[in-house]
Parts: sequence; C-alpha cells; structure tokens
Amino acid sequence: MNAEKTLPSYLEQSDAVRERFERLKARPKILEVKGLDKVFETPKGQTVALKDIHFETHRREFLCVVGPSGCGKSTLIRILAGLDAQTGGDVLLEGKPVKGPGRDRGMVFQGYTLFPWLSVKRNVMFGLTVNGMGFQEAERQALQWLALIGLEKFAEAYPHQLSGGMKQRVAIARALANQPRILLMDEPFGALDAQTRAKMQAHLLEIWRKIDITIVFITHDLDEAIYLADRVLVLKAHPGEVQELIEVPVPHPRKMEQFISDEFLATKARLEELIYAYEEKEEGADEDEYDYPDMPRLVEVGDSVD
Amino acid sequence: MSRTNWFSVQTELSPKAKTVLGILSFVLPILVWSIVSYVPAVWHPLVQITDPGSVSYLQVDMRMPRGPFEDVVKEAEAEGQAPPQGFPANPVYLPAPHEVASALYTAFVTPPPSRDMPWLHESLWHSIQVIFWGFFLSSAIGVPLGVLCGAYAPISRLTEPFVEFFRYLPAPAFGALAVAILGIYDGPKIAIIFIGTFFQQVLIIANTTRKLDGALTEAALTLGAGNLQLLTRVVVPGVLPDLYRDLRILLGWAWTYLIVAELIGTTSGITWFITQQARYQHFENVYAAIIIIGIIGLGTDLVLGMLAKRFFPWDRNGK
Repeated sequence: MNAEKTLPSYLEQSDAVRERFERLKARPKILEVKGLDKVFETPKGQTVALKDIHFETHRREFLCVVGPSGCGKSTLIRILAGLDAQTGGDVLLEGKPVKGPGRDRGMVFQGYTLFPWLSVKRNVMFGLTVNGMGFQEAERQALQWLALIGLEKFAEAYPHQLSGGMKQRVAIARALANQPRILLMDEPFGALDAQTRAKMQAHLLEIWRKIDITIVFITHDLDEAIYLADRVLVLKAHPGEVQELIEVPVPHPRKMEQFISDEFLATKARLEELIYAYEEKEEGADEDEYDYPDMPRLVEVGDSVD
Repeated sequence: MSRTNWFSVQTELSPKAKTVLGILSFVLPILVWSIVSYVPAVWHPLVQITDPGSVSYLQVDMRMPRGPFEDVVKEAEAEGQAPPQGFPANPVYLPAPHEVASALYTAFVTPPPSRDMPWLHESLWHSIQVIFWGFFLSSAIGVPLGVLCGAYAPISRLTEPFVEFFRYLPAPAFGALAVAILGIYDGPKIAIIFIGTFFQQVLIIANTTRKLDGALTEAALTLGAGNLQLLTRVVVPGVLPDLYRDLRILLGWAWTYLIVAELIGTTSGITWFITQQARYQHFENVYAAIIIIGIIGLGTDLVLGMLAKRFFPWDRNGK
C-alpha cells in the first residue's frame, strides 16, 4: 500500500493516547464475550454465523464493531441483547451470564422502533414504568432525559411528527432512561442522511461523555467507527470471526477535523485493508460485488459528457 | 392548477376531485334509474290501463304486456267498440325514484295495518338491537381470542384450524338448530349473526395482530417488558387502530346476515316490514326499507371513521 509509506502505523500511539488506554483497561470489565458461536440451521444445512468470538469491554468504553456484510455483526449484537440465543460460548455482563433480554442492556435499533401510539415522553417513560416505577417519578426522569437530548419541547409530540434523527435521539433517551450498564446500538444512524448522521455522531459522543455508559456500536461506516470508538472490533465473514481488535490512536476529545489527521487516516487504511482485501478474496460470494459488463456505447461518437 | 392525469396508477386525487367523484358515484346510478323510469322510450315493457273501454277483463291500474295490449286494442277497434286506454309502464317491481322517495317518508308516518304490529321505526330499532347483540357478543369473545391467537403461536394452532373449517359453514344452515335451542324469538337471530361474524372475526383479528412490527416487541423486551406487559402494553395498543378498522368492516358483514337471521323463527324487524310490503306489492316501500338499511350502515361507518381520528391521533394509515 502506497499510503502507508507516508502515514505512521496505526499501532503508534501518542503518550496521551497510550495512557488513556491504560486507564481504560484498568477499569472493571463490563462485558465479556467468551468463545461465542452461532450456527443457523437452514434447509441447505448449517450456516456458521459466528465462530469463537472473544472480546471484552471495560466500563465507559466505546467499542465499534465493523466487518463486511454477512460477518454476523447484527447477530452478535442481538445475542448480546438477549434477543437471539447463542449456540455456544458465554456472554457475561459484569460477570453474570446473559439470559434473554433485560433492562441492564439497552438497545437502539437501525429501524425506528418508537411506539407510535405513545407520545415522545411516554416512549421514554416506557422502560421505567414497565419496571415498576411510579408514573410521576417516571415522568420527571423522562423529562430530564429529553432535556439531555434537547427534545423537551417535543415531549407531547407523537413519533410520526419527528424527523428521523429526532426519532433516534428519542430511542437513545428511551434506552438510557433505564440506566442500563451497556448500550447496544445496531447501525442506529444507518437510515439517516449524511448531515444528520454527522450531527448524531457528535451528539452521541457528547452523551457518552456525560453519563456512565459503555457502548457497543455496530456500523459499516469506517469513518463513523474511527470517529466514535476507543477500540474497533473487526470481524470477517463466512464464518464470522474476530480479525483484529484495533485501539484507535486518535486522541480524545474527538472532533470532525480529526478525519484528516494522520492517526485517523492510518487507522482507516488498516481497516480498509482488513475489510476490502478480504472482500476481494471473497469476490463473487458477496451479493454487493458486481462485475460491470462491457457496455455498448448508445450515444453518437463525439457526443461526450467528459 | 396543472391538468391531472386521471388514470396514472396509484396517484392521489385532489380533495375537490374526490368530493365530486364521490357524489357522482351516487348520482350516476340514480340517473340511470331515473332514465329507465321517466323516459317512456326506454324499456317500459308494460301498459298501465287508465280506461278498460269495452274490454271486460281489464281494470284501471292493471298492467299488461305491450304486445297483447295492442292486440286487444285492434280487436276492439275491429269490432267497433271502445278500445282500452293506457300508458307505457315499468313492471311493478321497479318503482320510480320519486315513488321511493315519498315512500321513504310515508313509510315512517303510516300506521301499521293493525294495532299489535310495529311501526317502521320500531321494526328498525328491533333490527338494530339484533345486530348490536350479535356483533357485541361475537366481538366480546372474538377480539380477545383473535389477539391471543395472533400473539401466541400455541393458542393460534389450537384454535385456528377449527375456526378455519367452521367459517366455511353457512351461518343460515344453523337456523333450525338455533330455533330448537334458543326458541323462536330474538335468540336464534342473534345466534346467526354471531355465527356469521365470529369465525371470520377470530381469523381476521389474529392476522392483524400478527402483522404488528416485530421490532416493536423486541424494543419492548430490551426495555425490560415482561410477557404480560408485552401483550397489554405493546401488542394491544399497537394493533388497536387496525382492530378498529377490522371491526368496522366486520360490522358491515353482520348487516348482510340480518335479513336471513330475521327470517328465522318468527319473522321480525325490518325483514318483517319488507316481506309484508312485498306481499302487497308495495315495492316502493321495499326499496325504501333497503335504502334505509344502507343509510344506517354507511352512516354508522362514517361516524365510526370520524371517531377513529379522535381515538387514534397517531395512526398514519387511518382515514
């Protein structure tokens, strides 16, 4: 790769970044994933979606999971949430095995999953009241969470009156209101336009700084992963396995300007190498790959758009 | 305003065009009916006698086919006697719009032929009660059962195959049985409407419930909702607007069972009125009664539709 000649290695960390990672790793482990397997039974036989996944996250860590399509990112996060069951291995949350969904793990989905029949405020109150909190206390807390995401003015609005970005902000507030130990996010900004997505990323970092929350964030957007994450877990597909766990050398606090810094570009080059090199190897297996056929010219010679 | 292309597929109409077309959908059939009734050249296969002349077997207001009438006229003229007079008429079973319109009014103010018989509004009220109880009893069991079937696969498998079988059995076929069990008055009528509605209802409600977005229940699970809370706080409110729409459609079906139901045991309600009037060939009254049923049905549905907007302000597919 030519780019690597001029860029520093992604493994090079400034002193500040190294110290930060040392502090991070000294914190207690929130989530431990040990030898996780997931095998789907299909009519054509068994499909191994995840194979022997190991990783752990520490308190207040921001972990991004990236990988080519079909690497089982979504399956992984659904297992962490307890929505799917693994076929082997363990998921431990603060040392206790995860069994089924629970309020200790909040989740934000890619699609909009706000309850359309509830106002924004009632949506945020939902987790609190199903867990037995009284209405008034739940309402008070919900309003605080809405203030945190800057949507207190929309407390009485219905979800269909909100934009996509606002809906996802409410979904984040709804998940956080339960005060989970960990927030699982499955490509939460995937359906948003580029501008909104950038705002949401900055907003999420802001929230993460302010409260005691560990985040596991799935994305296929490499810039997003580097911008947000402390560490990036890179998976490969067929079967889904851990390829590398990258410590992002970009210093905190993160800013948009860092997108062109050397550390950022070096990390991105490494991620691209891991993911695209792999995809090229798998060419044809992936439905997104498309070989352009020789296209006949359908306009007159000389009638050129270049 | 740009010219609209009326026949572009899946394109919304302007509110004005909607209103105009909606009115036309009623005006056009009435227009056809008026042409058939008032333009003598159109149809009018009979002659209504105004003066029997010398023909002894003819009476005033009698209707006879045009061909034989012309023969009779020729015969009388040939014998030098007074020919019968008449004007082109439609069969008695097709009254003109104005006759039906006036019947719509007079049917309500005309006292019943004998004292122990009900007035029209009493007959109607009786019918509405039969519909109400049949539909209410069906919904009271059918809606919860349908929601449970839609939410829980074991209940669905335990219920739906049999319900699927039963819904093919024509409700009126249970008429005699219903009379034997429930007597001859309102019991068997309510039972027929119940049978006609219930089995469809369970299946439709179950299907509607199954269509609830699974992501919503998953979101609720990750928020810590328990199984019962999932049902009461996600599934039921989530499908409520669609359930309401289903019930509006099912209520329409319940009306279609009314006439058959009311013929069972002692004939009652609007059906009694219709059969009575038909027996005496007061077809304008028969049409009036049928139109009243239509007006009540459409009116109820419109009111329920407007209430839906009140009940479910968040509902996006609703009208």
